[in-house]
Amino acid sequence: MTNITSRHEGAAGDLTARALREALYAGLISLGLFVLFVGLKSDQNIRNELILVPRWGLLAIFVVIAMVGRFLMIAYLQPFLASQKVVNAATGMLPDSMASRFFRLPFFIAAVVVSAVMIAAARGLPDNIAAYATIIRGLAIIYSLACLFYMFRIFITTHFTVLAVAALVLYPIVIVAIFGAQGSLKWVDNFGIQILIYVMLAWGLNIVVGLAGLLDLGYVAFYAVGAYSYALLSSTFGLSFWVLLPMAGILAAFWGMILGFPVLRLRGDYLAIVTLAFGEIIRLVLLNWAEVTNGAAGISGVAKASVFGIWSFDVSAPNNFAKAFGLPMSSAYYKIFLFYLILALALLTAFVTVRLRRMPIGRAWEALREDEIACRSLGINTVTTKLTAFAIGAMFGGFAGSFFAARQGFVSPESFVFLESAVILAIVVLGGMGSLVGIAVAAAVMVGGTEILRELEFLKHIFGPDFTPELYRMLLFGIAMVVVMVWKPRGFVGSREPTAFLHERKAVSGSFTKEGHG
Amino acid sequence: MSLETTMNSDTILKVEHLSMKFGGLMAINDFSFEAKRGEITALIGPNGAGKTTVFNCITGFYKPTMGMIVLNQKAGKQYLLERLPDFEITKHAKVARTFQNIRLFSGLTVLENLLVAQHNKLMVASGFTVLGLLGFPTYRKAAKEAIELAKHWLEKADLIDRADDPAGDLSYGAQRRLEIARAMCTGPELLCLDEPAAGLNPRESAALNTLLRSIRADTGTSLLLIEHDMSVVMEISDHVVVLEYGQKISDGTPDHVKNDPKVIAAYLGVEDDEVEDVISEVESLEGGVN
Amino acid sequence: MEYFIQQLVNGLTLGSIYGMIAIGYTMVYGIIGMINFAHGDIFMLGGFAALIVFLILTGLFAGIPVVVALLIMLIVAMLMAGLWNWTIEKVAYRPLRGSFRLAPLITAIGMSIALSNFIQVTQGPRNKPIPPLVSSVYNVFGISISLKQIIIILITVVLLSVFWYIVHRTPLGRAQRATEQDRKMAALLGVDVDRTISVTFVMGAALAAVAGTMYLMYYGVVVFTDGFIPGVKAFTAAVLGGIGSLPGAVLGGLLIGLIESLWSAYFTIAYKDVATFSILAIVLIFKPSGILGRPEVEKV
Repeated sequence: MTNITSRHEGAAGDLTARALREALYAGLISLGLFVLFVGLKSDQNIRNELILVPRWGLLAIFVVIAMVGRFLMIAYLQPFLASQKVVNAATGMLPDSMASRFFRLPFFIAAVVVSAVMIAAARGLPDNIAAYATIIRGLAIIYSLACLFYMFRIFITTHFTVLAVAALVLYPIVIVAIFGAQGSLKWVDNFGIQILIYVMLAWGLNIVVGLAGLLDLGYVAFYAVGAYSYALLSSTFGLSFWVLLPMAGILAAFWGMILGFPVLRLRGDYLAIVTLAFGEIIRLVLLNWAEVTNGAAGISGVAKASVFGIWSFDVSAPNNFAKAFGLPMSSAYYKIFLFYLILALALLTAFVTVRLRRMPIGRAWEALREDEIACRSLGINTVTTKLTAFAIGAMFGGFAGSFFAARQGFVSPESFVFLESAVILAIVVLGGMGSLVGIAVAAAVMVGGTEILRELEFLKHIFGPDFTPELYRMLLFGIAMVVVMVWKPRGFVGSREPTAFLHERKAVSGSFTKEGHG
Repeated sequence: MSLETTMNSDTILKVEHLSMKFGGLMAINDFSFEAKRGEITALIGPNGAGKTTVFNCITGFYKPTMGMIVLNQKAGKQYLLERLPDFEITKHAKVARTFQNIRLFSGLTVLENLLVAQHNKLMVASGFTVLGLLGFPTYRKAAKEAIELAKHWLEKADLIDRADDPAGDLSYGAQRRLEIARAMCTGPELLCLDEPAAGLNPRESAALNTLLRSIRADTGTSLLLIEHDMSVVMEISDHVVVLEYGQKISDGTPDHVKNDPKVIAAYLGVEDDEVEDVISEVESLEGGVN
Repeated sequence: MEYFIQQLVNGLTLGSIYGMIAIGYTMVYGIIGMINFAHGDIFMLGGFAALIVFLILTGLFAGIPVVVALLIMLIVAMLMAGLWNWTIEKVAYRPLRGSFRLAPLITAIGMSIALSNFIQVTQGPRNKPIPPLVSSVYNVFGISISLKQIIIILITVVLLSVFWYIVHRTPLGRAQRATEQDRKMAALLGVDVDRTISVTFVMGAALAAVAGTMYLMYYGVVVFTDGFIPGVKAFTAAVLGGIGSLPGAVLGGLLIGLIESLWSAYFTIAYKDVATFSILAIVLIFKPSGILGRPEVEKV
């Protein structure tokens, strides 16, 4: 008995020693990584010369965080996770026991109370204290929402589609009810429309990457084709949005075929790089062909969309929406209209994708992803199959592009850089290739999450007026991409829903599906 | 070209003067043979003899350097396979194949694998996707029929219970059977099997024989197979062609081939000058028996 | 004619820089079959490290000889980039080794976004100009060759020789080549695969850092977005030369540099990147294995 305890103590001592050692290494490595870039900042002085501004304090914080983090991970987190596994094996409890411990009713009630108190107490507090209150409130609200989701998880997951569509339809109404017409702008536009554009783009790209397994890094080109088609044709010929929307889709599909044709023989990574090159070529042409595209300055004053030509959102038009209904003038109506428009377009994309998957062409895409040679041996024309995937994926990109132009009222090559393609592809892969729900969740988390940073202005009261959380948007986006991939390499939804069944529909585990070879 | 006169109507496949060169290597050299309709023809030979290359030429994955491959359909239509792209060989000429290292769609379910094989038929029924997308009933009916056909072959291949499992989850023997069932779903007149019994245990191998025989008996499909397992070859084939170093060394019934001294020499790896000795030995043995 | 040779010299200089970055791409692709999208940003990071070291040196020792300063900049930038790439490989790529093929690519793209934005956040978004380090220009037969260009080409030649020696004549190089051929088999035969891959990342990063330092010296300016375009061009170079092939990467780099400077000299400069990308597309479409690469045979 004494033997065991002493060995146990010895093990604990070893563990602490190891954790300390690892923490020291982590500290040294982070010191090495950050000493030049965080410890020193190159800045321009008044005479426009570069000088160095030391930031040793910040460097120390980085190093300490790395050391403490590593220490806690080795000393507590890893043994805890290991013991968790053992307990699960012994009791036969499912691995969600962690979650069931974390999300409990008393905690939930406490979180709701805390957030209510914080909302009530926020008034009349000095700014810097109010900022802390806002943080606590935000965390409490996030926790309570997560709790609610956890408690009703079975109901939510079984009725996900209906619930999600209903929530999206009600979203602008609820927002207007809470914040008023003018206050709703930010929530409908920055969150609603912005996220839905990415959902639609990612669903469109999903046809190419997720279903057909063709790795496309230049998808934003079709988005650009759609946007410029609308901007140019509406300003030159005065055609309306509803005429140009299908036209933009067709033009983009046409470009999808043109760009798809030469790359048919390419596989995997090579395909990715050539599509990247095509995407950049299209952007560079838009940038340099100033006679047509107006170059870097872009095209401004792009016509707004109308409600099927019946009501307009132009302030001067006689059939202005607000005038027609005798409402006070506000730009909120147009945003809400755009929200429903992009929602409809996104749902159309989803509907078509779901339908196509159950058709021979959709099955051929998935078969192509699994094994191209076998496809050919079954009499499938892989050339037309690939081209239709490119064309249909591009078409949805074109729809989204013309919507984008109508929403912004302005297009320029700036909006169609490689980063956008990377973000869209990241959403598809992070969501789980082929899974519409997973992709929508990934878009909401990744785009919504970075948009939230714009809302964190109050942190200035804590970190000082120079602190602009928005600056960290893409940094955090990149880090999140890495973290999610390492944590779940197959994305949020790794399994695949079969398109037909004899006895029962069983999801196919991600370990069987292939990712395509181009 | 008067193909009709050169070809008997009970010949389904005629390979003439087939040659295939890879760089400087002559993988197949002036190889000719015929496969009869409704028969099981086996193509055998030592490793590296060029059997799979012949298959790849017949099914269009390789384009032969020289030679002609004629497929003669039951309805009288003839195709020159060396001129068709690979997928059209399956689509129009009705030749289906399996692969030496199984190529299933492992992430699709067993049933889906068989539905993919009926692609061209369903494509037409769905009005090339347009009518199907709009929900026309023709496609729904065709889809139902496709599932029925898949069910038929699943029962034949003894896979009906696994219909909704991913193909990658099946055992090796079941994957082999699924690949054959999938090829049959394309409705072929000639089915080419590349080492169907490789890696199977004796029980699975026997089940395979039953499956192949019933394919021939029920559908009249002609079979062409490459095989190493002599028990399979001798038991089920009607006609055996032996290939060595890209050249045909023997052609005939299983019994004929079994006793052909050249074949024995090829399999036992006898030096060229010793072949004569073997021949005389075999002849003297046969004489002794007689 | 003189104008043409002048452009050739400029192209060679640029090509040397691309070639050095391209080696990192080609080695990593060769050894683990992944496009290390963040490699261009490692190059940028190396440039920034050199910039900061330069500022430290000019701040502390005003009269330091240029050769010494350049040498210190090079060494620190190589160490810094090596450490970063080593850490990145360990934290972000190693856990994904052998999993789903797209995952490392997405991780690398995420890493690239994170790295360039890390530099933007910590060092600011503006261009960082430095005064010219070396400014002598020689005139040979009517062609002006600057000392900068000579230094760049010389350093490239020296480093490539060292590199070639490491890969072809040392046990480390043998381990790298073995891992490239067959990772499992190499591990079974006692090659420390993890360590070999780590070393490959460090070596690639060190060369990229040299390229970054040269880039800073040549153009006298660096900015946080500098990783992307040179990165893509270097990748193009690696593919053009035949990915996986070291001499191919250098050859491809030189070709890309030449094409770019000749295009700018004789055609519109605005479309020079379009020319590079078009060449990438054309090469991949018609000769996917590149100039010196081994063709991949489709096995049925």
